[in-house]
Amino acid sequence: MLEAISLGCRRGERKLFSELSLSLNSGQLLHVQGTNGSGKTSLLRILAGLSRQDAGKIFWNNADIHTMYDEYASSLLYLGHQPAVKDDLTVTENLLVSAQIGGVNPTSDALKSAIEIVGLSRQANLPARALSQGQRRRLALARLWLGHKPLWILDEPFTALDVEATTLLEARLDAHLAIGGMVVLTTHQSPSITESYLCVLRLEP
Amino acid sequence: MNTLAILRCLLWRDIQLVLRRRSDVVATLFFFMVAVSLFPLGVGAEPALLQAIGPGVLWVAALLSALLSLGRLFAADFADGTLEQLLLSPVGLSLAVAVKILAHWLVSGLPLVLLAPLLGLQFNLPADVLWVLALSLLLGTPLLSLIGAIGAALTLGVRGAGVLVAVLVLPLYIPVLIFGAGAVAASASGMNPEGALSLLAALLVVGLVFAPYAAASALRVALE
Repeated sequence: MLEAISLGCRRGERKLFSELSLSLNSGQLLHVQGTNGSGKTSLLRILAGLSRQDAGKIFWNNADIHTMYDEYASSLLYLGHQPAVKDDLTVTENLLVSAQIGGVNPTSDALKSAIEIVGLSRQANLPARALSQGQRRRLALARLWLGHKPLWILDEPFTALDVEATTLLEARLDAHLAIGGMVVLTTHQSPSITESYLCVLRLEP
Repeated sequence: MNTLAILRCLLWRDIQLVLRRRSDVVATLFFFMVAVSLFPLGVGAEPALLQAIGPGVLWVAALLSALLSLGRLFAADFADGTLEQLLLSPVGLSLAVAVKILAHWLVSGLPLVLLAPLLGLQFNLPADVLWVLALSLLLGTPLLSLIGAIGAALTLGVRGAGVLVAVLVLPLYIPVLIFGAGAVAASASGMNPEGALSLLAALLVVGLVFAPYAAASALRVALE
């Protein structure tokens, strides 16, 4: 269970949010909404432990995440704005490396099928510099089909995706939630996720 | 997946990335060769003079070419979001940084060690001095990568990072230069280089323990 208690965050003089508390149980998706610059990405980075909050605490299974960060990090899959795709590595190598950095060691069959699912099998052995923006996104998202990390934090996962890939991602999120996973994401679209999983957090400036 | 396997994957990745973009490394090595070769052309072919300046010239050139390659260390990973993933990796950032430094040394430090004795011939250095030169560089170039990593991490995302990293790192390179070039010069004048080499080795041990940790802390600040 992920729980945050009276989080506060300021950027310079400006207060992004304060006294923000939330809790996320298994099988729940938290959709963080808000206008541009309302602090969605900051909140996600704080929840992932990449930035430090100015006030408040975050608990993962009732332990402060910064006291057991390695353990927390190994149950977490974070995908940020940047897809972390290397131009000089092939699609398969990119996926293998990013999965292994995250502590997941996929078999070559698992890699192949993840690449097939996101529709990049034809490009599997091409260097990633040949990919379009949307294909890079698909490659970054292919990690969601490898390993079983309970908590996903996804920053704008639907950006640059076409209709088909959007449906695919929604189905994947649904499947993850159905087996008791947790998701925190930001998006300006309204993803069609099973209603009972969905929670919404609106950040007001 | 165990820590060692993740670190091996990281090392493989960093070396692959360099091998697929060889021009960067080759340019640094070429710089090293040309910078060293300019001195015999510039100061004339007086054997005694060349022998006297040889150790210093080779070491300064090694220092500068190490500096040239520092930009590659973290900048690309920072720009494309890989550093965030490393921070979240179960191996922890310090170990990941240590592996990145190792990869950096393998592709830009080790070739200097291998090339230097060859270039030392231009300075009329005798064979036993060339051995000491290679040994001093073998102990010294990892230190250059380790210290440089701290500088590269501190200047990440800063405008004009190239110049700033030189200003930050070059003063810290001074002890390495003194003991490294000192060992070679001692051996060239018939003295025992062991003292300077031991000090260099001691510095290397300190660097190995503290530099990855310091660089990782600086990276955490840069990623905030």
